[in-house]
Amino acid sequence: MASQEVLREEPSRGSFINDPKVRGIFFQALVVVVLVAGVWWIAHNVIANLTRLHIASGFGFLKGRAGFDISESAIAYSSDSTYGRAILVGFLNTVIVAIVGIITATIIGFIVGIGRLSQNWLIRKICTVYVEVFRNIPPLLVIFFWYSGVLAVLPAPRDSINLPFGSFLNQRGFYFPRAVWGDGSWLIFVALLVGIAMAWFVARKARQRQMATGQQFPVFWTSAALIVGLPLLAYALSGFPLTFDYPKQSTFNLTGGFQVRPEFLSLYLALSCYTAAFIAEIVRAGIRGVSKGQTEAAGALGLRPGSILRLVVVPQAMRIVIPPLTSQYLNLTKNSSLAIAIGYPDLTATAGTVLNQTGQAVEGVVIMMVIYLAISLLTSLVMNWFNAKMALVER
Amino acid sequence: MGKRSGFALKNREKGLWVMKHIAIGILGAATLGLVASAASAGTLDTVKAKGFIQCGVSTGLAGFSAPDDKGDWQGIDADFCRAVAAAVFGDGTKVKFTPLSAKERFTALQSGEVDILSRNTTWTINRDTALGLNFIGVTYYDGQGFMINAKKLPGVNSALQLSGAAVCVQSGTTTELNLADYFKANKMEYNPVVFEKLEEVNAAYDAGRCDVYTTDQSGLYGIRLTLGSPADHVVLPEIISKEPLGPAVRQGDDQWYHIVKWTYFALLDAEELGITKANVDEMKNSASPEIKRVLGQEADTKIGTDLGVSNDWVVNIVKAVGNYGEMFERNVGSGSPLKIARGINALWTKGGLQYGAPIR
Repeated sequence: MASQEVLREEPSRGSFINDPKVRGIFFQALVVVVLVAGVWWIAHNVIANLTRLHIASGFGFLKGRAGFDISESAIAYSSDSTYGRAILVGFLNTVIVAIVGIITATIIGFIVGIGRLSQNWLIRKICTVYVEVFRNIPPLLVIFFWYSGVLAVLPAPRDSINLPFGSFLNQRGFYFPRAVWGDGSWLIFVALLVGIAMAWFVARKARQRQMATGQQFPVFWTSAALIVGLPLLAYALSGFPLTFDYPKQSTFNLTGGFQVRPEFLSLYLALSCYTAAFIAEIVRAGIRGVSKGQTEAAGALGLRPGSILRLVVVPQAMRIVIPPLTSQYLNLTKNSSLAIAIGYPDLTATAGTVLNQTGQAVEGVVIMMVIYLAISLLTSLVMNWFNAKMALVER
Repeated sequence: MGKRSGFALKNREKGLWVMKHIAIGILGAATLGLVASAASAGTLDTVKAKGFIQCGVSTGLAGFSAPDDKGDWQGIDADFCRAVAAAVFGDGTKVKFTPLSAKERFTALQSGEVDILSRNTTWTINRDTALGLNFIGVTYYDGQGFMINAKKLPGVNSALQLSGAAVCVQSGTTTELNLADYFKANKMEYNPVVFEKLEEVNAAYDAGRCDVYTTDQSGLYGIRLTLGSPADHVVLPEIISKEPLGPAVRQGDDQWYHIVKWTYFALLDAEELGITKANVDEMKNSASPEIKRVLGQEADTKIGTDLGVSNDWVVNIVKAVGNYGEMFERNVGSGSPLKIARGINALWTKGGLQYGAPIR
């Protein structure tokens, strides 16, 4: 056997067959050949079978008229749009729910994770119960819980619950006034951007000053004043161009305003709550992973508990937290395909409908796989970059 | 020494890894090869070899295909598969049912998971051509309608008043497409609430997530029975599409296509000739040459064997499920809770559209 020959202590340099380097290349080449042949064979088999069964193939169907409507779309879409655009709408819906889900899950996860290490008995226990409950229930059930258990028992549109600021809540979703930007409102956005840029600049200068002189500067309040104050000033200067479109009662539903549908709400809440439980455990592990000596040393230097957590413990914990956090983000994105159970038009749902209306199952599934793969690889890429940035720089 | 042995070990591991992966590759290729070859045998031979017909039905639509309290599938679509089983095996019970969602149904038939798709499926040109299916006929002429909760929406009595409504619909159906066309043609707005499974659509409509339920009108009558308080709901008068529902088979297997198609004609011809479940044995001795021919009592008949089944195939079909009229009345007509009139589903001799080609 080949593997036994490789074991020999002194490979003979004279013969090609016994040269481990040559053998290595040979086997790698063999694997590549087998792999390529295998992929080619499967592809050939699929094409031959589709032709035999008289099933149309190819990606030409993407240019055809979709003919069906989609309830939620971030871009202009109607039944006259193409199948390709329908898939794009689904992709954007997946991205939207994934992004807001990741942000919310991270916030809840950090709060609960830190809460589990709290000195306060009640906070500690509540956080433990939260983690144990959500971590041990399948995500699909959590989605159903929100959809059928919480949102479906809300009143019908006629008896909507009135909320402050002209918002309404009923079983068709959450309605709130939509901002209508009048003439001159570009100034507000410019002011916001300028405010953010200035806040960043102030923070940088303040850090440099603290490094050099040890004097601190109230960065938080200055930034807040810049980011909120400048746009407000611009708003007043441009003559108050902002008006609101309030939701109103009509024959069937509330019209006007902005509607967040219960399908989106339940998926978003379920994914956030579910993933937050895992993130909480990762955060707790990360904080516990920082040696107790660090906290004690920081205390001995005279830092307050809040500053110890913020300046000493969390930055070190982040190095432990980020790699497993990436997997949770990927899980959340992939779990969003459970949307199909409650009819949120995500990528799986719309591509599935396209697949069904055109009958082109192989192409439909390939498109879905490629898109999910791309989203996941992109998420990993961003998180790896973030990880490299946070990693301990050894000098 | 230490360095070199480490190197050798690494190489051995690599060698094993390579071998393992080659083995997996060959194994995978071999399995795929088997699958590919199995799919190419004739459907009749495959069905006979396994001893039953695999029939694709809905996940539960009263009158068409729905399990009863004993778990047996009932309905026109389920009975049609029994009729084919009776023709092939002389025994209507040799059927296994696969419940399929609207989205799964075509892939299940294309891939050979089911032998017949008998699942209130609309016959369209796209499905007959690009999807690689062959519809064998129309077992139920239907049309798409709308249902609303009259208690919550007392003023609405026409589909043209539905502008702005939230409409529940099942994804991947012709219904979904007709809905978009109808609202567009009438310049009305609507809010689609789309689910993959029928039960999910039913639950959402019952819970009030949407104002309107749309599907084939026969389906609406069936679904109404399953709602919390059926009396509150009305089916609006408009029919917005043609929905010829029928069983389908895969393309490229003419023999199987003919067996299923002629089972359908046999059900219609039996009704036309007055052959019923009760009198089929008497009818064998009928004086009419046509009835004798249909029931395979003609001397030296080859009608059944030419089709690939036994000569008394029509007798078996009628004994198993009755004729088309009996099947209709039992499942959706006067003998069922749905109480749907024959209407255009009556025989051509009685002013309807059902017309069986002659068995001769």
